[in-house]
Amino acid sequence: MGSEFVPLTLPPMVIAILAALSCAAPGNYLILRRQAMLGDAMSHVVLPGIVAAFLLTGSAAPPILLIGALAAAALSAALIEGIRRLGGTDPGAAMGITFTAMFAAGVLMLEVSGAASVHLDVEHALYGNLEGLIWLDATGWSSLLDPAALAGLPPELPSLALVAGAILLALRLARRPLALASFDEGFARSMGLPVAALSAALVGLTALAAVAAFSAVGSILTIAMLICPPATARLLTDDLTTQLRLSLAFATLAAALGTLAAGYGPPLLGLSFTVSASGMIATLSGLGLAAAATLSPRRHGHAPKA
Amino acid sequence: MVDPTPLPAPETALSVTGLTVAYTGAPAIEDVTARFAAAAMTAIIGPNGAGKSTLLKAALGLIPAVAGEVRVFGQPLAKSLPRIAYVPQRASVDWDFPARALDVVLMGLYRQTGALGRIGAQETAFARACLARVGMQAFETRQIGALSGGQQQRVFLARALAQRADLYLLDEPFAGVDAATESAIIAVLQSLRDEGRSIVAVHHDLATVPAYFDRVLLLNRRVVAEGPVATTFRQAQLAQTYGAALATAIPA
Repeated sequence: MGSEFVPLTLPPMVIAILAALSCAAPGNYLILRRQAMLGDAMSHVVLPGIVAAFLLTGSAAPPILLIGALAAAALSAALIEGIRRLGGTDPGAAMGITFTAMFAAGVLMLEVSGAASVHLDVEHALYGNLEGLIWLDATGWSSLLDPAALAGLPPELPSLALVAGAILLALRLARRPLALASFDEGFARSMGLPVAALSAALVGLTALAAVAAFSAVGSILTIAMLICPPATARLLTDDLTTQLRLSLAFATLAAALGTLAAGYGPPLLGLSFTVSASGMIATLSGLGLAAAATLSPRRHGHAPKA
Repeated sequence: MVDPTPLPAPETALSVTGLTVAYTGAPAIEDVTARFAAAAMTAIIGPNGAGKSTLLKAALGLIPAVAGEVRVFGQPLAKSLPRIAYVPQRASVDWDFPARALDVVLMGLYRQTGALGRIGAQETAFARACLARVGMQAFETRQIGALSGGQQQRVFLARALAQRADLYLLDEPFAGVDAATESAIIAVLQSLRDEGRSIVAVHHDLATVPAYFDRVLLLNRRVVAEGPVATTFRQAQLAQTYGAALATAIPA
């Protein structure tokens, strides 16, 4: 069992979990600020950034792709603000214009450049490539203790672990000020909190999470990782700390179960194929949200507004 | 006989000089110069669109001013922010936020606790005492979205109390609250004033101005009049502030 599970299923599963944790943590604040759309925008605009970085350097090393993606995120933030100011459009429309245009440009760049034949192809960019992140040097559970085999881990795994650790640490340190600024921005500023810097940091962390998830679930399904676990958690508690913890638990659960179900589910049912792990993760996340929305005890009758 | 020595001018808690704020070109307030007395309750009144909330926010530096200077107890604003408690309009926040009443009050202790400082028994007990002072001790674990409008306003006031400030700036503290909350809030504000603290509130109910406040600032994008309620809250000044159509229930 381990001889197949460890090289083929364990790495994608761990990578999916790390990506899901990276996304769910900032997703909590996006939801509280009613900025879920921003998460969608970030997960789309990183595509042209990643492609451009790849084309300019010829390298698909994670740090290089990350820099490209963050540059694209910064550019998109500037464009959204510019369109909003100059065109007088509302923020939602400005965001919609910016991220679809940049995403489309990314798809075209992918196709035209021939990058498709090298490392990045359109399908992987859209739907992710979890199944491709395998660990060929592993022969079984004992490989986890074998330095030679560990050196052959997919490079995405250690870099994602680093990103996930950084995101979780940053959000842990900033939890109190971020919660204060998200609840009552005017009051937060009167307390001397750097509200604009906190907003920018949240956008930056969201972009970082989107890049992290890009390799795992692709651009389109990243939004499921950003929004579903925190939205599910929000339905089940009125305490922010509990919500944060629950969202990370749901993210882990959906990523682990999704990877397993996609790989082993259809064969167990006697089918001769497997399904997309990222698709399964997003579907499970959606089902979890649906279950919470229908079954949650605290949502019978909404809290009075204002 | 009347003592001939003139009363000393009251100490100034908040002074704004030449304050001008513009939204997309049109000035919202223009060249506002005012002194808000210390240890007094001052109402800022004026018609809709007069710039009352704008004046408060600009005085706090929450919105950029085109021109003007703000001083708090004689000091520049940046230096005196820790002495100010700001109570925003209740409608300005999302009450569906996952927090209990006590959590909101604890936000008022952020200057002491910082991002990572422990919130221990002492802090919690103090936050509870603040809730008790506004009559909300029974609601400390209540989700804030499940509170009535008046209760939410009291929680906001309790958060301000937790800041132990010297100057309280309140934006429409009585908007949409029940009568019991209104009298509870005014009692707390008056007790703060009696402790020597300074209160400035944006207010819209002219009928309660003389009962609630010591001083009044009449604003209609510019300062119309400023002074003690007894001499300033008069028909002539109000007509000038609101236009001539105002009811004549106010002393001439």
